[in-house]
Amino acid sequence: MNVVKALGRLWLVPVALVAWEVVTRVAEQPFFPPPSAILARMYELWFSGPPSHLLLTDGALADLGPSLARLFTGWLVTAVIGIAAGIAIGCSPRLSDYVDPLIQFGRAVPPPLLVPFFLALLKLGTPAQLATIVFGVIWPILLNTIDGARTVDRQHLETARIFGFSAAQRLWQVILPSAMPKIFAGLRLALSLALILMVIAEIFAGTDGIGYRLLYTQRSYLYPDMWGCIVLLGLLGYLLNSAFLLVERRVLAWHRGARQTT
Amino acid sequence: MNYARVLRGVVGAAGFLAAAELVGMSGLVDDRFLPRMSTVLAGAAGLVTDQDFLADAGATLTVWLLGLLLTVAVAVPAGLLLGTLPRAEAAVRPLIEFLRPIPSVAVIPLAILLFSDNLNLKLAVIVYASSWPVLINTIYGLKDVDPLAKETLRSFGFAPLPVLARVALPSAAPFIATGIRVASGIAIILAISAELMAGGSEGIGIYITEAASGSRVDLMLAATLWAGLFGVVADSVMVALERRLFRWHHVRTGGAR
Amino acid sequence: MLEITDLVHSYGSHRVLGGVSFSVAEGELVSVVGPSGCGKSTLLRSVAGLIRPSGGRITLGGEPVERTPDNLAIVFQDYSRSLFPWMSAANNVALPLRRKGMDRRRRREAAMTALEQVGLADAGGKFPWEMSGGMQQRVSIARALAYRPSLLLMDEPFGSVDAQTREDLEDLVLNVCAHHGITILLITHDIDESVYVGDRVIVLTRSPTRVAADLEIGLGRSRDQIATRQLDAFVRLRAEVGRLVRGGHTTTPASVLEKH
Repeated sequence: MNVVKALGRLWLVPVALVAWEVVTRVAEQPFFPPPSAILARMYELWFSGPPSHLLLTDGALADLGPSLARLFTGWLVTAVIGIAAGIAIGCSPRLSDYVDPLIQFGRAVPPPLLVPFFLALLKLGTPAQLATIVFGVIWPILLNTIDGARTVDRQHLETARIFGFSAAQRLWQVILPSAMPKIFAGLRLALSLALILMVIAEIFAGTDGIGYRLLYTQRSYLYPDMWGCIVLLGLLGYLLNSAFLLVERRVLAWHRGARQTT
Repeated sequence: MNYARVLRGVVGAAGFLAAAELVGMSGLVDDRFLPRMSTVLAGAAGLVTDQDFLADAGATLTVWLLGLLLTVAVAVPAGLLLGTLPRAEAAVRPLIEFLRPIPSVAVIPLAILLFSDNLNLKLAVIVYASSWPVLINTIYGLKDVDPLAKETLRSFGFAPLPVLARVALPSAAPFIATGIRVASGIAIILAISAELMAGGSEGIGIYITEAASGSRVDLMLAATLWAGLFGVVADSVMVALERRLFRWHHVRTGGAR
Repeated sequence: MLEITDLVHSYGSHRVLGGVSFSVAEGELVSVVGPSGCGKSTLLRSVAGLIRPSGGRITLGGEPVERTPDNLAIVFQDYSRSLFPWMSAANNVALPLRRKGMDRRRRREAAMTALEQVGLADAGGKFPWEMSGGMQQRVSIARALAYRPSLLLMDEPFGSVDAQTREDLEDLVLNVCAHHGITILLITHDIDESVYVGDRVIVLTRSPTRVAADLEIGLGRSRDQIATRQLDAFVRLRAEVGRLVRGGHTTTPASVLEKH
C-alpha cells in the first residue's frame, strides 16, 4: 500500500532517469555520459569498499573525509561565534545600532570574492578554506539569532524578572530557547551554504576533497567521474538537510506543538 | 530617535575603520598581506575613475542583471504552472527535491565544458542556481492564496485564467518578490564564482584575480568594498520596493518577512 | 503590607493614573475593578516594579518598590505567553525556586506539591501546549504558590478561559488564599467576579484613574458559586460596584469615597 503510494508520488523520477539514459545513449555526447555509466563509476570510486567501512572505499574516505571535516568544522565554529554574537547584539538595541551597518555590509559581500584575499593572507589549504566557509556562513546565523533574541516575548522576560531569574538563567532558560526556532532556521540555511562554500574553497584553495576532485576530473576529461562528483555532492546536500531536519524536529518539538495549538 | 540610530551606525562604522587602521599602524601584521585601512580606502576612491575596474564591474553587473531577468522569465511562469496544477506539482516535486540540494557551484565545471561563450556560461549557471528560490516561492505563494477570494470571483462567473490574473497573481506577488531578492544574492555569487573558475576577459572576479597575481591586496579589498556597498544598495532598494508595492501584505502578516 | 499613595503615571502627554491611593493588609484578597482602559494594568505593573511610575509612592512591607521586589509573584492573563513552552509544567514551576537556594530534589518536590494543590498532580510531565487553557492557568498559579510570595499579583487571571473553568479557578484562588495565607491583589474588569472573590473591592474611575470607592465585602471566606451569588448582600454589592464602574456615585454608607 505504502509502496504503491510512494510510486504514485515518485513515478516521474524513474521516468526521468530512463529518459536521461535513452537520450544520452542515442546522442553519444562525451560530456553527457548515461546515468548508468555515472552510477557505475560512483560505485567503483566510492561505494565498493568492505562492509566494515560501510562499503566506503579508501578513495571515498580520502575524498569525503577532508571535505566533511572542513564543512563541519567551519559550520560549527561559525555557529558558536554567530550565536554568541547574535544573542549579545539582539539583547542590546544600542549595540545593534552600532554594528548594524557593518553587518549589512558584511553580508552583502559575495563570499567567493574574498577567496583570493584569504589565499593571499593565509596559507593554501585548510586556513584559507575555513576562512572562506566561516565568512560566508556567519551571516544567516548571526542575523537569525539577532532576530530571535530581539523578539523574545516581553511577557516571558517580565516573568523572568518577577521571579528573580539570574542573568545566566535568563540567557539559558529564556532567551536562548525562545530564539532557538530562528537560530535553527539560520543554521539550516548556513549548512547548505557551507556545502557550496566548501566546494568553492576546495576548487580554489584545495589539494583534496570532493570539490578538488570535481575540478581534477573535469580537467582530466574524466566525464563520468565528474558527473559522479556532482551527483555525490547533491546526495550529500540532501542527506545533510534531512539529518538536520531530524535533529530540528527533536529539539524544537515544543515549538511545533505550541504553534499547532495557537 | 532615528537620528540617534543613524549616528550610532556611523560611529560604529567609523570605529571599525579606525580600529583596522590602528592595527595596521601597530605593525602587528605585515602590510604586504594586510594593507592599512587608509590605503584600501584610498584605493577604493581611486577605482571610481579606473577605466579597467569600471569596465569589469559593469560586465559583472550586466551578467547579474541579465541572469536575474532570465531567471524571472523562466522560473515565474514555471512556478505559476506548477502552482495551479497540483497534480503536475506533486509529480515534479521529487525531481526538484533531488536537484535542489546539488551545491550550485558544482555545475560550473560542467557548464565550462558545455559553453564556449563566456556570457552564455555565466547566464546558464546563474539561471540554474537562482531559479530555485523563485520557483519554490511562486508555488508557495499560489498555495497561500485565500480560497475564499478565488471562490468569490468564480461565483461571479470569472473563468480560471482571469481568476489567476486577478487574485492568485497579486496575492502571490509578495512571495515571488522575496524569492527574487534571495535569487539576486545567489546570482551574484554564481557570477563571480564562474568568473573565477572559467576565467575570461572581464568581470569583477577577473579584476580581483589580476590584483591577486600582482600582489595588490589593497586593490582586492578596495574592489570588495565596492561590491559590498553595491550589494547593500541593491538589497535595500529591493526591500524598499517590496514594502511600497506590497504594503497590504505587510499589514496582513504583521510586517513579518 | 502594601501601601499605594498618590500613584500617578503618564504615557507621553496621556495621563493614565491620576493619583491612586489604597492599601492592602496582610492575608487579604483585594480585587481591583474598573472600566476597560482605566490603567488597571499600569497600576499592577507599577506594583511589580516593571515600570517606574511618574509619581507617588508604593511600599511593600515598609520598603519602597524601586525595582521588582523579591517575594512577589504574578499570574498574567495570557498564560500561553507567561509559561515557557519549552519546559514541562513541573520545570516551569520549579525553575524560579533556584534563587531560593533549594537543590534539584527539593525544587522538584516543591513543584509537585504545588501542582497537587492546584489539582494537577499527574500533569507535571506535560508541556503547556499539551494542556487546556484552564490547566495552563493552574500551572501559573502553582508556580506562584511554590514560590511562596508575600504578595501575589493577578492580572485578569481568568480573562481568557471559558465560563465553567473560570468558576473553578475562582474557587481555587479563594481556597489558596484561605489555606496559605497569601496576600493577593487581583485585577479584573468583571464586576461579578470582583465581588465574588474579594475581601475588599477597589473600584477605579476612568482615566486619569482615581479610586472611586473602597468597599468592604464582608461575605466571609467560604463562598459558593451558586449560594453566594444568591445572597441579598452579594446582589446589592454587585449592583453598587456596577454603578460605580459606570461612573455613578455610591449610595452605600459603608463605602469610602476618595477625597478629591
